[in-house]
Amino acid sequence: MKETVIKTENLTKRFGDFVAVDAISFEVYKGEIFGFLGANGAGKTTAMRMLSGLSKPTSGKAIVAGLDVFTQPEEIKKNIGYMSQRFSLYEDLTVIENIKFFGGIYGLSDKQIKQKSEELIEQLQFQNEIKKLVHDIPLGWKQKLALSVAILHEPKVVFLDEPTGGVDPATRKQFWEMIYQTADKGITVFVTTHYLDEAEYCNRISIMVDGRIDALGTPRELKEKFSATSMDEVFYKLARGAKRSDN
Amino acid sequence: MPDITLDHISKTYNKNTLLALDDISFEVNKGELFGLIGPDGAGKTSLFRILTTLLLPDKGFATVNGFDVVKNYKSIRGIIGYMPGKFSLYQDLTVEENLKFFATVFKTTVEKNYDLIRDIYLQIEPFKKRRAGQLSGGMKQKLALCCALIHKPEVLFLDEPTTGVDAVSRREFWEMLKSLQKENITILVSTAYMDEATLCDRIGLIQSGKMLSVDTPENVLKAYPENLFAIKSKNVHKLLTDLRNFENTLQCYASGEYLHLSFKTENGNSQNEVVVFLKEKGHDEIEMKMCKPSIEDCFIRLLAS
Repeated sequence: MKETVIKTENLTKRFGDFVAVDAISFEVYKGEIFGFLGANGAGKTTAMRMLSGLSKPTSGKAIVAGLDVFTQPEEIKKNIGYMSQRFSLYEDLTVIENIKFFGGIYGLSDKQIKQKSEELIEQLQFQNEIKKLVHDIPLGWKQKLALSVAILHEPKVVFLDEPTGGVDPATRKQFWEMIYQTADKGITVFVTTHYLDEAEYCNRISIMVDGRIDALGTPRELKEKFSATSMDEVFYKLARGAKRSDN
Repeated sequence: MPDITLDHISKTYNKNTLLALDDISFEVNKGELFGLIGPDGAGKTSLFRILTTLLLPDKGFATVNGFDVVKNYKSIRGIIGYMPGKFSLYQDLTVEENLKFFATVFKTTVEKNYDLIRDIYLQIEPFKKRRAGQLSGGMKQKLALCCALIHKPEVLFLDEPTTGVDAVSRREFWEMLKSLQKENITILVSTAYMDEATLCDRIGLIQSGKMLSVDTPENVLKAYPENLFAIKSKNVHKLLTDLRNFENTLQCYASGEYLHLSFKTENGNSQNEVVVFLKEKGHDEIEMKMCKPSIEDCFIRLLAS
């Protein structure tokens, strides 16, 4: 029996007359890599904000890591990890300072922080970088560090919002190997991306169009359903029909 | 005829400690759509800034439309369009004010060159009274392109125009570039998306300030030195770890549903050997086939050599 980590039922968010997220229902399981796709403006960010306790839904239900997004948003924040391309680490703090800072924020004890940071430095082979400012390390390293920091407190689920922009393909693939390792530890990975080849690395994918989830399944199922040879084609067939864009 | 030439261009920052461009030479022909493909930090923006006369090279020569980027910088500024990677229009001017402003700066009018931008402008016209700062990413990108084109430039420089844009908008953007090419405008465009490479006439693959390869996408693909295999099994992550430890593995990495694998030395039996090895490691449902490399595979291969 699969353990459900995220479950939504008719989850909806309205801003005035505008229905940003329109009654979405889906489940994500423990240790799964779940790709959350959609064109700009489809409602992905709004949905993710609700699931991470940052935005109160208008109606519907959502349980994340066993907690209710309506009544326990603060608890949810402590039980998830979050990483985005835009904001993740403090550029003017060193590598080790960032690790300590986030460890503190997530409520780890000094002893735990010490142990965790040693493990992490070892695993990332960052021994020579710990005293460098994050500003001065390459983007690919920042991304790896940001993911490591986001799961420092061993959350049930980690949300990755376009984590891999701008790095070379070899570095991007190393990052995905880290995602596999994260999922192997039993942490559910909920990820958005504009790279549709990356969608193929996910166990299952949902595609949002105009606030709805118009497709959900394994990459293989979706390609069969839409008679497509790649996820790019599936996405194009679905998103081309979108009525709204991000204006 | 070359419209852009670079001859041994180098650029360093931080008192010569950071090498941004390392002896770069290539040419872009008149009317060509040339793609500069590489990750963040590869040197793409430095190269654009040198060609658009905003930055002086340390060494080497470069020309745009026959003009030297250092000596004749003023002549170049009048005949190029430049869309920087960072949105650089006036945020507190409206869509139509921005367009009119750029037309005026280049001593022309919106009406005079309207034909060139019409197809793009029609998509943002419903928002012409909106301030540029209030536009969505896709709309900003279209407005920036209109402003870069409004004086009918000879050469168009587009620095990562599609970064952060979804797949549908990216495809539309490339269709716009294809139609601009018909106007005989030379286009130098950079991108970090490898899949966009095949839409260019020729590409330059750039990493850490060095050009790894300059050729047509077809020739870059043909130059891939080994046979490439796609392989999968029930547990793809374990498969990756195991294949990395296989002694004949040259490169192995995830690529969509499959892993891509190349061998150090290949004989008729290499495929069987790897399957036997994987069965010993307990893998089920092993599927292996030869596959065609993509630009991404070529890039990863060039990084390793």
